[in-house]
Amino acid sequence: MNSQRSFFFNVDWLTVLIYLALCTIGWFNIHAAVYDETNTNIFDLSTEYGKQFIYIISALVIGIVILLLESRFLTALAPVFYGVTVLLLLLVLVVGRNVGGNQAWIDLGGGFRLQPSEFAKFATCLLLARYLSSTNVKITELKSFLIAGGIIFLPMLLIKMQPDDGSTLVFCSLIFVLYREGLSGYFLVFIGLVATLFVLALLYNVWFIVAGLVVLAVLLLMMFRRNRRFSVAMLIGLVACIGFVFIVKPLYYSGLKKHQRARIDEVLGLNNDKRGVGYNQNQSKIAIGSGRIWGKGYLQGTQTKYSFVPAQSTDFIFCTVGEEWGFAGSVTVLGLYLFLLLRIIVIAERQRSPFSRIYGYGVASIIFCHVTINIAMAIGYMPVIGIPLPFISYGGSSLWSFTTLLFILLKLDSNRMGINYA
Amino acid sequence: MNSYFGRRYVIAGIFMVFVLVLLARLFYIQVVDDRYFLYAQNNVVRRLIQYPARGPILDRNGKIMVSNERVYDITVVPKQVKPFDTVEFCKLLDIDKEGFDKRIIKARKYSPYRSSVFEKQISAQQYASFQERLSEFPGFDAVQRPVRTYPDSSAAQFLGYIGEATEAIIKRSNGYYNPGDYVGITGVEKSYEDVLRGQRGVRNMLYDSHNVPKGVYAGGAYDTAAVAGDRLVSSLDTKIQKLGEKLMQNKIGSIVAIEPSTGEILCFVSTPTYDPNLLVGKERGHNAGILYKDPYKPLFVRPIQAYYPPGSSFKPLSALVAMQEGVITPQTVYHCPGYYTTGNRRVKCFHGEVHGDVNLASAVAHSCNGYFDMVFERLVNRMGGGRKTDTAFNNWRNNVAKFGLGNKLHIDLPAENRGNLPKASLYDKMYGKKGWRSSTVISLAIGQGELLATPLQLANIEATIANRGYFYKPHLIKSIGDKQVIRKEYTERNYVGIDSQYFNPVINGMQNVVEFGTAASSKVPGIIMCGKTGTVEVKNHKDNSVFVAFAPRDNPKIAIAVVVENSGQGATWAAPIASFIVEQYLKGSISKRTSGIFPEYYMNQNLLPEIPGSPAEKAHRRADSLRRVKQDSIKKAAADTAKKEIELKAAKNTPAKKTAERSIAMLPKRRDDE
Repeated sequence: MNSQRSFFFNVDWLTVLIYLALCTIGWFNIHAAVYDETNTNIFDLSTEYGKQFIYIISALVIGIVILLLESRFLTALAPVFYGVTVLLLLLVLVVGRNVGGNQAWIDLGGGFRLQPSEFAKFATCLLLARYLSSTNVKITELKSFLIAGGIIFLPMLLIKMQPDDGSTLVFCSLIFVLYREGLSGYFLVFIGLVATLFVLALLYNVWFIVAGLVVLAVLLLMMFRRNRRFSVAMLIGLVACIGFVFIVKPLYYSGLKKHQRARIDEVLGLNNDKRGVGYNQNQSKIAIGSGRIWGKGYLQGTQTKYSFVPAQSTDFIFCTVGEEWGFAGSVTVLGLYLFLLLRIIVIAERQRSPFSRIYGYGVASIIFCHVTINIAMAIGYMPVIGIPLPFISYGGSSLWSFTTLLFILLKLDSNRMGINYA
Repeated sequence: MNSYFGRRYVIAGIFMVFVLVLLARLFYIQVVDDRYFLYAQNNVVRRLIQYPARGPILDRNGKIMVSNERVYDITVVPKQVKPFDTVEFCKLLDIDKEGFDKRIIKARKYSPYRSSVFEKQISAQQYASFQERLSEFPGFDAVQRPVRTYPDSSAAQFLGYIGEATEAIIKRSNGYYNPGDYVGITGVEKSYEDVLRGQRGVRNMLYDSHNVPKGVYAGGAYDTAAVAGDRLVSSLDTKIQKLGEKLMQNKIGSIVAIEPSTGEILCFVSTPTYDPNLLVGKERGHNAGILYKDPYKPLFVRPIQAYYPPGSSFKPLSALVAMQEGVITPQTVYHCPGYYTTGNRRVKCFHGEVHGDVNLASAVAHSCNGYFDMVFERLVNRMGGGRKTDTAFNNWRNNVAKFGLGNKLHIDLPAENRGNLPKASLYDKMYGKKGWRSSTVISLAIGQGELLATPLQLANIEATIANRGYFYKPHLIKSIGDKQVIRKEYTERNYVGIDSQYFNPVINGMQNVVEFGTAASSKVPGIIMCGKTGTVEVKNHKDNSVFVAFAPRDNPKIAIAVVVENSGQGATWAAPIASFIVEQYLKGSISKRTSGIFPEYYMNQNLLPEIPGSPAEKAHRRADSLRRVKQDSIKKAAADTAKKEIELKAAKNTPAKKTAERSIAMLPKRRDDE
């Protein structure tokens, strides 16, 4: 009895509230997205919003079950989860069902399908946390770094083979976890630099970029000319950057598939095909942009109601938010997410056990990655990548997976006082 | 705790920066940039224009002259077309396979997803059989559209016609008209376009991404209902209009009749005419082509666009001006030896008739040229002639101009002509400054020479005489809309500056014209009609027959001008035709005449001249030109020199050239009339 009471007392109810708010917002927006005037019953199980209601209820059950589990169980079974997931990811490549070009689903019968890549997220987080929290592991050491990287890379590789670019990309976000645990900050700078140069090289003449880089390097050298080591590193970096700039285009044209290139071209404005490749994103932008400050009102979004936006209950669910609730809705949803992310960081940082902390950062990174990519895609800041908006997008697998991800953290957090459990 | 504790701020910072960037972008596209809202509107909202019914036009007695009939446009959305029996389809629409392909390609070019017109204006009967099978032809639909219909097939030039808005009209309308809209092109349809067209309505309909209609946008909050065009009541009397058209069939000319007490035009005949129904419907283009090419120019609105020398019909006006100016009295007598001598010219009376001593009334009754030559010379030489001729002449001109000659009367139809009332400066150009005197321009005295008037202007002069000194602006539309609005300008009297006491002597003369003068055979039993004949010679052709009149003498109800081109004397054709119109209008029927004339005779006469350019006409012209060469006079040569001079001057002054050339081109051969 006593332990039960303290258990519920220790759950971070604020996070649960945000979670419930997002799920509710999702449910209503799914209703609006597939709204049909002839069938207004929000509980109708033949519709997406009816099913989502079931998914939300079942997600809550999953959450409660997780909260009732022993924390030790999670820590101990982390490698098992990971192993099972990897097996499922292998299995899906063989017997998986192909939906929309991705072989990502395993049919369970009875209309239910399982998406192993969703479960790979928390499994990877758990194993990564377990590895990094073990004694004698220091991310600054090459061996540890390689093993940690390997833990992340294996499911990534398998998911990439489906091929599910979106989910693959999500695993990259775990770099934040490594960074928090001591990975050099230069990695982040390096990633930022690569991304920037990649875009610039596609947009502008290579020689302009080289000239820009040289000027920048000269300025930096002048500022730090006392520091010899820095100067040397600077020059090496410059040469590497210039080299990279030159291989971007060949890499872009040989390394990426045609449809991927087309999507990137569309975002960068290199191509303008509002009826073809750019149709989805353009309609999505129109939907969001047309919401103005206060939106068109619940069920009043013409873009979504009259199916101008594709995948409007899943990947493009944010269109409905933007169109029907306007900028006010956008701020609310993004605000909730930011609040959730910061809250997770707070939760992670208050853990005594490194395992819990590392896992917390994993959760934050994955949610952050999903939110950013999904919304950036919807407003034309990123190429179209199929990736759900956490807790809001329609779909059981993704909702269960995010719920599991989050509630494991809440479970760990509720036990934070008793480090001996972890 | 490890030593990287501070890094949580870096990570939180990165999260915040990303979210803020997204919010900034969202702020831009949702709040700052309005384009997306419009795009979304354009995606789903289609503005469907609701065309109002065009206003009908009635005659003065409430009889419909033009109203609307339903026809159907067949539309197509190319993307929705599925394979169907094209042979059957073509048969229903009465088109061939080639025509079908052409139309469908055109529609596809316009837009594969949007509806465009496939076949225009199929009749209600044709639509009925097509509609039964419409479901077999997915992608095709029919849209109702009203077209004009003319139950009486009369007054074509008055009514005018409507047609698709041209590029220029669309441009001028500042976007009001769209391609495919119908607008008035000529006639009342044009001049009252803004009244007749009504107010277009808009229905904002929602369409989904598959182009399926999804209902009304915003519950119809932004919709406007179409307001039908206003009804116009015209001043015309269909009965006499139709009688006039019949009397004038196979003749070139005009009849204009005006109600003097209002300025309302009762009869507006322009012949040869055409059936206005020809310019409606599918055959419109074809028929318009034929009408345009017709050598007799049926689309020419002769009552306001053709101009002729008024000839002797001008004499009453001359007399009025002279009396007002005090150069004659009704008792002034001229001894007519059969001619009038001025300078070195001798102007003969018609057929050299000797009138003896004539006063004003008898001069009008017998159309004595000598008398009016005298009157004109007295006026023009009033200031001593010679150097002061032009001042006196311009004074005469101003007096005549008050009757509406030489200027537009601003009738409510487009493209009115002003005729010509020469200025002293014109003669200065022709004969040199001070190079002309009263004898030079003596033809004006009897309504010839450079004087040109439209039939409308002639009728208006009669209305003025009938009113004893003023006229109302002649107009064709009596009232507008259900409220029967009458334009203010049509209720104002225009005085012509002649005191009313001067009218009686002239009207006496005009009464005599009909009682026992030149038009005696056109006397109408029981009606005192006052009139004046005119016979105007036309170069190389038969004379124009002119008659002007008003009736009854007291409290006149109708003033009329009739011109029958190239037919003969005024008394022969124009006067009888005018008398029938007057009688029909005043009495409602045409009685037996003592002179034995009857309308059917005039209806059945074909007085159309040979078609210009036809072989017979060419042979005629050749013979005429030979004769002309023989008769070539010194004066003709002088006129030619003047013409050259004008051309030389005109090279420096283009607008002047235009008027001068027009005046000269219009010069009829001088001949002394009646």
